[in-house]
Amino acid sequence: MLRWASHSLIYLLAAPILLGTFIASLPAFGYFPPLGSTEFSLDAWRDLVEVPGLTRSVLISLISGVLTPLVSLALVFLYLASATGSRLDLWIRRLVSPLLSFPHAAAAFGLAFLIAPSGLLSRIISPELTGWDRPPDLLIVNDTWGLSLLFGLIVKEVPFLLLMSLAALPQLQPRHRIEVARTLGYRPTIAWLKVIAPSLYPLVRLPVIAVIVFASATVDVALILGPTLPPTLSVRVLSWFNDPDLNLRFLAAAGSLLQLGTSLLAVVIWLALEKLFGLLWRFWLATGNRHTGERLAFAIGRSAMPIVLMVITGSLLALVSNAFAGPWRYPSTLPSSWTIQHWANSLSDLSTPLFNTVLISVSSTLLALIIVVAILESERQSSKARSAPSWLLYLPLLIPQLVFLFGIIVATEFAGWQANLSLVIFGHLLFVLPYVFLSLSEAYRQLDPRWTQVASTLGASQLKSFWRIRIPLLLAPCLTAVAIGMAISISLFLPTQLLGAGRITTITSEAVALTSGANRNLISVWALVQLSLPILGFMMALFIPKFIWRNRSGMIETQ
Amino acid sequence: MAQLRPQSTLARIFLLFVLLPHSSLTMAQAIDITDWPALEQQARGETVYFNAWGGEPRINSYLSWVGETLNQRFGINLQHVKVADIGEAVSKIVAERQAGNDTNGSIDLLWINGENFAALKENKLLFGPWAEEQPNFSLVNANRFPEMREDFTVPTDGLESPWTRAQLVFYHDSQWLAEPPQTIAAILDWSTSNPGEFTYPRPPAFLGSTFLKQAVLELSNKDPALFAPVTDNEFQRVTASLWDYLNALHPTLLRAGRYFPSSAAELRRLMGDGDISLALAFNPNEALLSVRTGELPESVRTYVLQGGTIGNVSFLAIPYNAQHKAAAMITANFLLSIEAQARASDPDHMGSTTVISIEDLDADTRWQFDVERSELAAATPEELSRKLQEPHPSWTPALERAWVQRYSAR
Repeated sequence: MLRWASHSLIYLLAAPILLGTFIASLPAFGYFPPLGSTEFSLDAWRDLVEVPGLTRSVLISLISGVLTPLVSLALVFLYLASATGSRLDLWIRRLVSPLLSFPHAAAAFGLAFLIAPSGLLSRIISPELTGWDRPPDLLIVNDTWGLSLLFGLIVKEVPFLLLMSLAALPQLQPRHRIEVARTLGYRPTIAWLKVIAPSLYPLVRLPVIAVIVFASATVDVALILGPTLPPTLSVRVLSWFNDPDLNLRFLAAAGSLLQLGTSLLAVVIWLALEKLFGLLWRFWLATGNRHTGERLAFAIGRSAMPIVLMVITGSLLALVSNAFAGPWRYPSTLPSSWTIQHWANSLSDLSTPLFNTVLISVSSTLLALIIVVAILESERQSSKARSAPSWLLYLPLLIPQLVFLFGIIVATEFAGWQANLSLVIFGHLLFVLPYVFLSLSEAYRQLDPRWTQVASTLGASQLKSFWRIRIPLLLAPCLTAVAIGMAISISLFLPTQLLGAGRITTITSEAVALTSGANRNLISVWALVQLSLPILGFMMALFIPKFIWRNRSGMIETQ
Repeated sequence: MAQLRPQSTLARIFLLFVLLPHSSLTMAQAIDITDWPALEQQARGETVYFNAWGGEPRINSYLSWVGETLNQRFGINLQHVKVADIGEAVSKIVAERQAGNDTNGSIDLLWINGENFAALKENKLLFGPWAEEQPNFSLVNANRFPEMREDFTVPTDGLESPWTRAQLVFYHDSQWLAEPPQTIAAILDWSTSNPGEFTYPRPPAFLGSTFLKQAVLELSNKDPALFAPVTDNEFQRVTASLWDYLNALHPTLLRAGRYFPSSAAELRRLMGDGDISLALAFNPNEALLSVRTGELPESVRTYVLQGGTIGNVSFLAIPYNAQHKAAAMITANFLLSIEAQARASDPDHMGSTTVISIEDLDADTRWQFDVERSELAAATPEELSRKLQEPHPSWTPALERAWVQRYSAR
């Protein structure tokens, strides 16, 4: 029963995504009855090829799609290798969840306000160090090759991959493995890279692929930090979709398929890199090398995370100072006066979106948690290693949002559904679910089955051992999953905007609407509100287990 | 130029699909637009989803006031659906049309003009005519101001109601630039000797497109072809001088023309930060308002080019499938009232230019429009009377596409 229910749920959730992708792709081949075009043709593709700078757009999407996960994962692994158990590590672990909750758009704005020629950094060092009394004419943000986009994505994905690694790590019992390796004479950093990394990577592989798809198809970050002449493929596809010229619909459909292809190609390149690194690792393991490279790995690993932290802190500072800044002429390091006027101005506009945001994120996340636990529990009880279709849950992460959301819109309208709150919650559920699944599944699957066996031998039913044994043992991963799910929901823009027909506003959708106005002060206010919500969630995920297990220190340690 | 296709075939195909359900539909609504009291009765308790650009906090808070007032007086619940680009709303109506949603549209009222209006009108996606039935329509004196019935040369045919005026103005920071260039040609000369001091939003951002139109109007000496639907040949001929101009101008712009701001507001921010010393705006009061809020330094001054600048009117329209047409019309009529227009033109609120013909008002009401202009930052009324007409709307997408074709990938 449980198994049947969880399977049909998975198909039910995957259907709109596949259907949406299919519907969205029809116009790419000329089939679009509402515009009177019922004959298949390749015109849209011919137009697409002629789009100026298309190669560049695709190339930038590819570059950020491959380099973002590569650099981020390298930094995370080197960090874990060099810092596990150190004091730095304790700090970082405490900070990683709040860091992750920095919504993409807010982080991108903060970064832009930090590194722009007129940004906070430049104001701090000017005019004393630089002699600049006006901002230098440098192309930093929105640079032609998308370096600041790449930088922004890495800063944002490092905490994500770190959190995913930390969630998976305990199952590998790293302390014991390292101890064994160290008794064989391996330096700690080298030991981690040789013993833990190869077993950890498979556990974080799906998050990495989600990062590839996200980085190659992101819209909001690319709009803020990405190149503009030409922009990334995703940004162009969105602008074609929104163009009042109906002809461009065909082009947009073809473009979204190209986006799908680009993201897939990025994944394929990644898989090739995976093979290459696998070979290198095997060779490196076989050398039996115990010391070489340790210093370099240690230096990079130890410094990378503080740098990322400093950048994020700097971005946060840029947001905070702009949110309270009165007139602030360049090159003053600080505004000439401080004001709460920007907050006062936004206060009346905040309440409805705030309420919607909380309602949508809480309901979609709780739904997701119930579904995920049901799936994992049915998977466990059916005693098969992995239920076949659970990969379908990852579809929303493996297919660029842009591609299937448009199709879903048309489909919901065919069904005669009005934009309403439950539709938006459903849309959010599609995106929240995989993240909840990602963050919970490994912990759930790796939970020592002997706990349950012991419970059974003591006469406990399946149900009882579920509530009394597994849920308490998995409390921390469950809460982390909820916090992540809510953070994801809070940061979603496209599903809210499209499925809510713009009528259902959240903090994020309102913030992005403001961005076209680019008032730095107001954007900062909204960004700060946006990022404070998930932080609350992560705080709870951190402190609830500590509170519940305050007399059970062993429970905290196993997590 | 390959992308410059005539749209008539598409429109004809579209008509087939639209006309059938459309004609039966307006009747089903049972709306008598001449019976205004009945409309007010019908509108009570309805919610109006007003899709309007949400990028300007001043406009947003003005619309909040409108919502409160409408609620008190007419029992109408106004929801401002903030969009980043009104093209999104046009897409939304098209999508609803595709899905056969002919009666329960999600948009009741939109703020549009130019090519967006032209596209909706051409595809018969608008409700009406209704605008000239409004009690307050007479206030705009359309006989004296033909632009109230003409949207970028396209007749409005009562499908949209005037809301606000706009005119292209330039503003400069007198701290860095004392004598700003007075013509499009002079801008190039000045920018060549002062590189990195000027830029404009990248088309199709409307301010950027307006800059292109202003430039092509001046450089072609207001070629008559600009006021008729665009053709390939005319486009080539009329815009040749524009591309020469831009090819010379771009290397002298901010970031050597490798980057253009995305909107008027981002341009304003570049000015506020001192990145540039010359910028442009489509609201003549923009610099004045921004100096008041501290976004721009007090040394900023506004002016109009010697030969005049493009001015236009933006409108409110109701989609053919709007669910709450009565309430939408009551809303539009209220927005056109003396009270709402006076508050909109007050720099302490929205700071726009009214569409009401102020000269026709008696002295008791006229004072409400007397704006206390800060002498320094504002353009003078004399300057603002130098207006150029918008080209035919087909030129806007043509210019935008050509610009994108030429400059978006280098």
